Amino acid sequence: METIPRLRRGFRFQWEPAQQSHVLLYPEGMVKLNDSAGAILAEVDGVKSRADIVAALEARFPDAGALSDDVFAFLDEASRQHWIEWL
Amino acid sequence: MTTSHTDHKIGPPLWLLAELTYRCPLQCPYCSNPLDYASQEQELSTQQWLDVLQQGRALGAAQLGFSGGEPLVRQDLPELIGGARELGYYTNLITSGLGLTETKVKAFADAGLDHIQVSFQASDPELNNAVAGSRKAFQQKLAMARAVKEAGYPMVLNFVIHRHNIHQMTDILALCENLGADYVELATCQYYGWAFANREGLMPSRAQLAEAETRVNRYRAELVERDHPMKVIFVTPDYYEERPKACMNGWGSLFLTVAPDGTALPCHSARLLPIEFPNVTQASLEDIWYRSPGFNHYRGDGWMPEPCRSCDEKDKDFGGCRCQAYLLTGNADNADPVCAKSPQHDRILAARTAADHATAGLEDLTYRNARNSRVFCRS
Ligand code: SF4
Ligand code: SF4
Repeated sequence: METIPRLRRGFRFQWEPAQQSHVLLYPEGMVKLNDSAGAILAEVDGVKSRADIVAALEARFPDAGALSDDVFAFLDEASRQHWIEWL
Repeated sequence: MTTSHTDHKIGPPLWLLAELTYRCPLQCPYCSNPLDYASQEQELSTQQWLDVLQQGRALGAAQLGFSGGEPLVRQDLPELIGGARELGYYTNLITSGLGLTETKVKAFADAGLDHIQVSFQASDPELNNAVAGSRKAFQQKLAMARAVKEAGYPMVLNFVIHRHNIHQMTDILALCENLGADYVELATCQYYGWAFANREGLMPSRAQLAEAETRVNRYRAELVERDHPMKVIFVTPDYYEERPKACMNGWGSLFLTVAPDGTALPCHSARLLPIEFPNVTQASLEDIWYRSPGFNHYRGDGWMPEPCRSCDEKDKDFGGCRCQAYLLTGNADNADPVCAKSPQHDRILAARTAADHATAGLEDLTYRNARNSRVFCRS
């Protein structure tokens, strides 16, 4: 089962003070991420599995309730966009 | 000239293009460098460039392109790459591949370079080398594309498309796939600089373009079917559109170019406009971006004459490209003549007709080299 996501080679995730947001940088491009996308990608480290990521986020945002649907949906989309790949 | 832009909120420059030099071993007849580049030999020093990078990053720039000319002729490139990486830029090297070696590819990676874009002229050595004006270019490009891949960079291959290579789309894409490209840019010539001087000999006909689009779409569909990650970007020529492109996403809105001598520009071809642009050796980048007359010249829409002034699409395309308006109508304030509402749209129509009947071969093009540049400089 491919369950551990990592950023695709050549993609960089970082906080940009001027835009007050997280961004994803890649060859000649940049996506400005909203807060939840930024929070999810911040957990993508090539070590944590999808389930670990959900657990980490639920611990960080205890008031948000169950997050697995949102997290899985976002990771699927990120994978369709080829931003992340699965180990 | 004063421009009303008081109601216009100016965002930070997110993209910095550092044109390190106009020197280049190749002679592409579509080069976007100024026609008189040979008379502009001044280049910023290493320290001056590092200072520009630092200021740009402080303003908010996140993407940095090193281009030229051929940026590899700058011996201080590793130092500039290292400085850029330290500042937190995503750093792109835009190169012809000439002058690159495997050792440099690795050294740049160690210095923190994020990505190398190698440009090709065609999918076969004969045509490639004829367009580039260099006999050894193709083999070198192939070798360097492989080295880039080997070193683990994401690979972007760029092809400038014109009437002499537009029939090669399928071969070009197959070559890219074979080399392991992550992105392919098929960039149809934009007619500025040398390309404008050579437009008749470069512009594809509508039939050629339609055929090319069919082939690209077929290839794209195949890639999707195979779940292949290679992404194909096909920039079609705006000469076949009825509305202009939103050039640079709006004048002075995202992009900041610094030319080899330190001239700051809202776009790399803006130098041809009859506007005075500031220089980084005389003002801070912040002053230049937010307060210089050059950068404020076409911000907002107060400067627009008709038909743009009363047009309800002006927030969408900002009246198109100022350079194109200037080159084709003689007045940079005018609507980009690509627009069907422009009174000068006939100039675009004439160019399309000319493309249907063009017979010029590659040998008829004016190649970008110092000798030809001095001719333009005098005229
Ligand atoms: S377009 Fe060709 S001639 Fe111009 S700088 Fe690039 S490689 Fe050199
Ligand atoms: S008239 Fe001007 S603003 Fe309107 S669509 Fe044409 S170029 Fe754009």
